[in-house]
Amino acid sequence: MVMKTVKNAAGRSVPLEINGQPVIPFKGIGKHKPEGRKYSPVIPTCADFPDDGNKVLSSLEEALRKCGLRDGMTISTHHHLRDGDLVSNHIFELASAMGVKDLIWFPSASFPCHEPLIKFLDDGTINRIEGSMNGPLGRYVSEGKMKGTAVLRSHGGRVQAIQDGEVRIDIAVLAAPTADSFGNAKGTSGPSACGVLGYAKADYMYADKVIVVTDNLIDLPCFPMEIEGNYVDYVVVVDKIGIPEKIISGTTQITKSPDRLLIAELTAAFLEKSGILKDGVSMQAGAGGTSLAIAVFISEILKNKGWKSKFGFGGSTKYMVKMLEDGLMNFILDAQVFDLEAVKSIENNQNHVPYSVFNAYNYHSKGNLTSMMDIMILGATEIDLNFNGNVVTHSDGYLLHGIGGWQNCLHARNVILPIPLFRDRIPVIVDEVTTLCGPGEMIDVVITERGIAVNPLRKDLIESVQGKGLPLKTLKELKDEAELICGVPQKPQFEDDIVAAIKWVDGTVIDVVRKLK
Amino acid sequence: MKNSAAISGNSGPKVRSDCEIALELRYDGGISIDLISKVKSLYGDSIVGLIKEVLDFFGIKHAFVKITDSGALPFVIEARLESVVKQLISTQQEYLPPFLKENNYSTERHRFRFSRLYLPGNTPGLMINSGLHSADGIILDLEDSVAPEKKDEARLLVRNALRQINFYGAERMVRINQGKRGLEDLHFVIPHNVNLVLIPKCEDAEDILQVEKMIESIKMKFNLTNDVYLMPIIESALGLENSFKIAYSSRSIVAIAIGLEDFTADLGVQRTVDGKESLYARQRLIITARAAGIQPIDSVFSDVADMEALKLTVKESKSLGFEGMGCIHPRQIPLIRDGFAPDTTEIEKSKKIVLAFEEAKQKGLGVVALGSKMIDPPVVARAQRVIDLAVCLNRLSPDWVKDE
Repeated sequence: MVMKTVKNAAGRSVPLEINGQPVIPFKGIGKHKPEGRKYSPVIPTCADFPDDGNKVLSSLEEALRKCGLRDGMTISTHHHLRDGDLVSNHIFELASAMGVKDLIWFPSASFPCHEPLIKFLDDGTINRIEGSMNGPLGRYVSEGKMKGTAVLRSHGGRVQAIQDGEVRIDIAVLAAPTADSFGNAKGTSGPSACGVLGYAKADYMYADKVIVVTDNLIDLPCFPMEIEGNYVDYVVVVDKIGIPEKIISGTTQITKSPDRLLIAELTAAFLEKSGILKDGVSMQAGAGGTSLAIAVFISEILKNKGWKSKFGFGGSTKYMVKMLEDGLMNFILDAQVFDLEAVKSIENNQNHVPYSVFNAYNYHSKGNLTSMMDIMILGATEIDLNFNGNVVTHSDGYLLHGIGGWQNCLHARNVILPIPLFRDRIPVIVDEVTTLCGPGEMIDVVITERGIAVNPLRKDLIESVQGKGLPLKTLKELKDEAELICGVPQKPQFEDDIVAAIKWVDGTVIDVVRKLK
Repeated sequence: MKNSAAISGNSGPKVRSDCEIALELRYDGGISIDLISKVKSLYGDSIVGLIKEVLDFFGIKHAFVKITDSGALPFVIEARLESVVKQLISTQQEYLPPFLKENNYSTERHRFRFSRLYLPGNTPGLMINSGLHSADGIILDLEDSVAPEKKDEARLLVRNALRQINFYGAERMVRINQGKRGLEDLHFVIPHNVNLVLIPKCEDAEDILQVEKMIESIKMKFNLTNDVYLMPIIESALGLENSFKIAYSSRSIVAIAIGLEDFTADLGVQRTVDGKESLYARQRLIITARAAGIQPIDSVFSDVADMEALKLTVKESKSLGFEGMGCIHPRQIPLIRDGFAPDTTEIEKSKKIVLAFEEAKQKGLGVVALGSKMIDPPVVARAQRVIDLAVCLNRLSPDWVKDE
């Protein structure tokens, strides 16, 4: 759809209306402060629920019918089953068979396993996806094939949208590795164990109707209650909610690429020489191969200096668990676990604490965990000369990734992006990002195999590392170096049609993605 | 015209930064290009333009080109295309990419050669960032790491890599093939500022002389004045028996290496981690090298995953008298570099000796003493070498004398 646009505070042209609803253009960081009261779901009455507490129904279809599934509803799911999720596709198979149209899928993230949903986008069962785009779904959207406009939000932005009523969930269908008949549920055990269920918290608290789907029904009470049964309408037992080996990787691995290891080494050296890495440091690093290598190099430095990290924020992996067990880290606060060692740890180690993004990243929270973090290791598909970052599209213009917690994490004290200068001839540093996801003022350091660029706004950081033998360069110098090797790339050609909106953490529109020519 | 169709390069799900090019010469219809590339939307126009330019250079007016590209850099595409062209037409012309001025350096006869990183000569993806890992030398290998049917195309790729890849100061080395093919290899590398040529499976001084003669004639033809050093590799019993003659055969030889995989095979024994089976050979090679005044270089360590065993091997290698080792993975480089470097005790002791020598010289004393011990000139020379090494490896400030 071609729409009238205005320039937002980041200088990007964005529309004032998306999917027929008014939207607010990005105003600047921390500028947008909605007033009034939080959104609230319909008031339930316990008299309407069985006295014996047994809410089990025979099938998901029956549950969807009882929830009043009809055209245009918003259906939410969480992504803790990751690429092993069997529930989301099933919902829309049923909806399609029931002849329901124009649904809005509101997942906390999508994965390649959700590719089959394309046929339900084609046949009109689903109008649009409001959530992370991954692989085939992103490609589908970029080619302008989705009926509605996609809306991409960060993990924290998703909670914000639920809390301020921007998104009203009609039915939350929440896969649960273990649950009881009342709807209490947890993620740490069962054949499809995924660790925690924190991403489902806003969904079960704010949806009008909540269905818990499990393949491991146990006697009451299922404890600890990560999903609280008093929010749940129905419980459905199925054969299988997920494919275990795709939910949790058996083992996360450090990168073997010598170039990535070099970047990881440079990152650890930067953190040490700048003084960012110190006794009592708080940190977050993801599960990517380079991040894991950085965690290992950081561990070595902590050990040699006799220092300890105060806490780490997960996505946890065996490498973070090892830091906890070796006494190099006091606590892990955890929003999701990536491997079996981490699942075991969160189940058994008191200092490995589930900590939902509901609390950590949420714009409408009374405080932000990420702004308390000293070290934040993140990635990007593109960085431009003003340190602006892109994580959703590639330089060829295709939408291929979700935002995840990336935007929320930018609030950390030191945001470090260790990235290769080019990937198979595709340069990472560009004049202007294809899609703006994070303003450059929040990105502090870009570390590549050919040099380190510190944001000129961080004079303190520049001062702290000067003359310490680190290969400091400007982004312009790095970009020129990459182009000398790779050549200057052509720009992707877009049409005017907007296929996706990128929300900032506060719900304003920071940028849009347009249809590829 | 030889054949009418040819193919060169690599493609497939695991191939990166490379391309496969198929060329079919035609009688009419101009140039048509089928480009399959993951970077088509970013570099499609420039790839097509480059292909047309190269074909035009070779005077080809009518052809069908199919290129399957996984992000190959221009110098790779050029090498692959030249390779298919040369399978189909006879030409002496070379399509040379620009020579990076950063690579226009020469090296010293006595420079350190602790770590030399081997790179397979037909795998461009491994070459592009190879200079970033601070190896003392980078070896573009035309010999064992290149499949027999890929030998011709590898020459063009190595030639273009020598011109286009920034090696960030690492000594620029090429391992040529054995015998006649090796002599032909030299035409593709010598004009492009190679610092050192490794000669594999050396068994006779004659092997060296032939290589040296060929290098001289190429240098003359191209009017080159840079030094090209030689490093023979001993990989057989016969080679070891002749090693002194080999080491002494040419002034250009700066180091001699042992290749234990082939050597143990020649002896008919297994290569073991503790290496008893090759102890004599290694020691003999060290003595040969010292007698000839060149550097003895140890074999590569092939288990990339076993860093602990590598550490022990380096320690032993250094204690025997070797001055360096080959690396087959960049992660081995820091370990090997650090392993051959002098440790703190050695540096402290050497500092005392060198200071005592300086003091004696200033006082005009003929005899150097440290405490009650007399110090002989060779001890001073060795101490000085340790100091130079330590400074070079950033383990000691160049101004250390002032700091004392």
